[in-house]
Amino acid sequence: MDAIRFEDVSFSYGSGAFAIRNLNFSVREGEFVAVLGHNGSGKSTLARLCNGLLVADDGKISVFGKSVSEKDNLFEVRKEVGIVFQNPDNQTVASIVEDDIAFGAENIGVPREEIGERISFALKAVGMEGYRNALCARLSGGQKQRVAIAGVLAVRPKVMILDESTAMLDPRGRKEVVDVVTRLNREEGMTVVLITHFMEEALRADRAIVMNKGEIVMRGTPEDIFERHEELQTYNLTLPRIGYICRKLREGGLNVADTLDEEKLAEEIASCGSLRNI
Amino acid sequence: MLKDVSFGQFYPAESFAHRLDPRLKILFLIAFITATFLAKNFYGLVLCAAVLVLAVLFSGIPVGKVVRSVKGVLFLVIFTALLNVFFYQGATVYWSWWILRITKEGLLFSAFLALRLALLVMCSSLLTYTTTPVALTDGIESLLTPLKWIRFPVHELALIMSIALRFIPILIDETERIMNAQKARGADFETGGLVKRVRAVVPVLIPLLLSAFRRAEELGDAMDARCYMGSKNRTKYKKLRFGWRDLVAFLTGAALVTGVVLLRVFVGATI
Repeated sequence: MDAIRFEDVSFSYGSGAFAIRNLNFSVREGEFVAVLGHNGSGKSTLARLCNGLLVADDGKISVFGKSVSEKDNLFEVRKEVGIVFQNPDNQTVASIVEDDIAFGAENIGVPREEIGERISFALKAVGMEGYRNALCARLSGGQKQRVAIAGVLAVRPKVMILDESTAMLDPRGRKEVVDVVTRLNREEGMTVVLITHFMEEALRADRAIVMNKGEIVMRGTPEDIFERHEELQTYNLTLPRIGYICRKLREGGLNVADTLDEEKLAEEIASCGSLRNI
Repeated sequence: MLKDVSFGQFYPAESFAHRLDPRLKILFLIAFITATFLAKNFYGLVLCAAVLVLAVLFSGIPVGKVVRSVKGVLFLVIFTALLNVFFYQGATVYWSWWILRITKEGLLFSAFLALRLALLVMCSSLLTYTTTPVALTDGIESLLTPLKWIRFPVHELALIMSIALRFIPILIDETERIMNAQKARGADFETGGLVKRVRAVVPVLIPLLLSAFRRAEELGDAMDARCYMGSKNRTKYKKLRFGWRDLVAFLTGAALVTGVVLLRVFVGATI
């Protein structure tokens, strides 16, 4: 069954222009999908439509077969779909890590003993076991975002949407967050929708879609999409640094195949023989 | 300057006071406030001070930090003290000029007021230092439960308070950031008369308000996304429970109020 399904969905913020136009796409259970797009492409609107924070003007959105537009389904849908937002400070409800993680579980009426277990599980899943009683304000950006992920995990959703959750982080924090989500996807079978404008992050995904002006303009595996780098540039997206390095190496006379995997690139370079010959 | 605002900043530690039930700490604070107002002589106030010293010792908070909490209201303390020094009508006059005069009673009364105010502030900060905002609001919610009978939204009020407390340090940082940005563009907050200074604050307030609204909206979305539906069918992770520590604190608070009342009756009101 599809975890999330959009059928001919349109949405506008009331100013006339469509934020999302005739969108059709679906995410299978257990899949890792990256949604790429520059500012204003409608990708954040997409996230908010998935769990009823915004209501579509047209079309049908369903989560595990349940229609999101029905008010009675909202609570059930939100239990299945968790969202991690962009600004870590604006999604933390409590000052202490464990209190914040407990918030979602308390809302859905989980008994007290089980909330404790869920907090331990969630902290372990994001690699922050030692921070249970820490003050959120004292954490680094990457750590705060991992607490936010833990807060979503405590609700035990089947789908996790990351709405530009790495945009405000430094490279190290970004890696922390993406590593955690990748592991959740591979080991816990969590369905992940990663919305981002950092192309490197999309590499971890099984599938990527590119959005522009509220429409999906490209679909495929991340590798397929990065192959079409000229097309990407017309949507104001630039190739990840590693893809760029491949191209530059070839221009410089080193015969390497296009790849986006660091290890693979290293092997390619090694197999080219002595670098002094160039 | 803004960093001095320490109200609401939890100080993490493992201590007797940290482990107390928040409801009891709130009641203890109320008892303490009552005691300082019932005290009509220095003996009563000294008793309050002694209890406060005891509380600080059992809280694991550095003494300096507790004392510094008075800094925020220092102006108020000095201002009221000075007014009383010059205007209090006493019998033993030391110095007088025009309508101003310094009397023995005035000096004593100002000292008394200043001490009372300082004690109040220190005890209140002790509460917020040793209690997380969530525990504090849980405590308030629990103490206000009877109001649910008249359909008063106790849970919602408690949540609003805890979120407000949580956002204080964030908004302080933000204010500083905006002020620095304005200073870098030539804004002047330090010179000029009152009117000019107040005007200089307006360009800080507007972006601050805008950002606060934006934050509120995002927080609302985040709470919705995490299935927040109000107090209905909601469970609580941390249950409040009275223990032996709470009994000790309760008895101390009760003893303090009784002691102050006894001192008032038997020593008499000297202030």
